[in-house]
Amino acid sequence: MENVRLIEVKEDILSDNIKLAGEVRERLRGTQTMLLNLMSSPGSGKTSLILQTVEGLAGKVRFGVIEADIDSTVDAEKVTARGIPAIQLRTGGFCHLDATMVTQGIDAMDVSELDLVIIENVGNLVCPAEFDTGAHKNIMILSVPEGDDKPLKYPLMFSICDLLLINKIDYLSLSDFDMSALRERALALNPRLTILEVSCKTGAGIEGWIDWLNGEVETFKNMEE
Amino acid sequence: MHELPITESILKIVLKHARANSVHKVMTVHLRIGKLSDLEDEWIQRYFDYLSKGTLAEEAKLKIERTPVIVRCNACSESYEADVKNLNDLTCTACGGKEYTLISGREYYIKNMEVQ
Ligand SMILES: Nc1nc2c(ncn2[C@@H]2O[C@H](COP(=O)(O)OP(=O)(O)OP(=O)(O)O)[C@@H](O)[C@H]2O)c(=O)[nH]1
Ligand SMILES: [Mg+2]
Ligand SMILES: [Zn+2]
Repeated sequence: MENVRLIEVKEDILSDNIKLAGEVRERLRGTQTMLLNLMSSPGSGKTSLILQTVEGLAGKVRFGVIEADIDSTVDAEKVTARGIPAIQLRTGGFCHLDATMVTQGIDAMDVSELDLVIIENVGNLVCPAEFDTGAHKNIMILSVPEGDDKPLKYPLMFSICDLLLINKIDYLSLSDFDMSALRERALALNPRLTILEVSCKTGAGIEGWIDWLNGEVETFKNMEE
Repeated sequence: MHELPITESILKIVLKHARANSVHKVMTVHLRIGKLSDLEDEWIQRYFDYLSKGTLAEEAKLKIERTPVIVRCNACSESYEADVKNLNDLTCTACGGKEYTLISGREYYIKNMEVQ
């Protein structure tokens, strides 16, 4: 029998993706296109939020959408029906988007004509938090029916985001969701987190979201000068 | 399901190093995974067993060491270890500060491997 020997590896598995994500970020800086990564559990309201965004940005910010779905094109169809360019990436069995897939998405779009690209990531709070997509800003949606304990269960997701949108606040009166406990838990994980409350159904709070988004796109553009 | 892409990446790196070193068989892979990872050791091994069939790493054992979550206090810059179960209620051991920045605890690092 051969002798066992030891080989040093010393590699972090996420390093390839981190490198590629950096390239995506730089490339989109060049075209002055802000990339925004939208994450949540399935059904929290990612597509609804994108649809609510169309009107608010009309005439001000030109945007496109990269849709990730395990194996369907329904979300992309809803978005294109509103006149917004959308690319559908079928992720197959993958439960998240990585920088390689995002590169395919932006290759298929005319990003030089866009101020903003929104990625609708795969619905799940685990893997999308691990994989840098190359986005300039990370956003998550938590909807009221999911409960106020989610920061305790998915700390990584809350700690990497710039903005947390609490959606479906029209359900608040029907549930025991504790908004101040949620805020406290989320901010303990991530003190620089901005938290906004919205309902994509009633339109409550959507103005605040549009203001935030307009502000971020503007800051991004000015950074370039 | 979430273990799959991570395990695939681990296998890819293991096989790259195995080929570069003209290895016959990979026996053991030593990994360091941050305690913030939600992935279970047992499932990573199961997916690895499944994906590595017919490769140089077939039947290799994964030895996973969990590395602590280290945060740095935003007020006084002191670094300290955080209890993963209690991340929502951390207090700086030096100054009592409540706000912090994550330093480590989310890595998937392949240290080395025992091969023949
Ligand atoms: N009551 C209420 N329903 C909402 C709200 N926002 C979204 N919904 C509903 O929630 C369901 C899921 O919304 P989507 O926008 O498809 O959620 P999603 O995150 O894109 O879902 P996946 O892409 O499948 O992960 C739909 O039936 C929406 O109409 C809200 O603020 N209030
Ligand atoms: Mg959707
Ligand atoms: Zn301190």
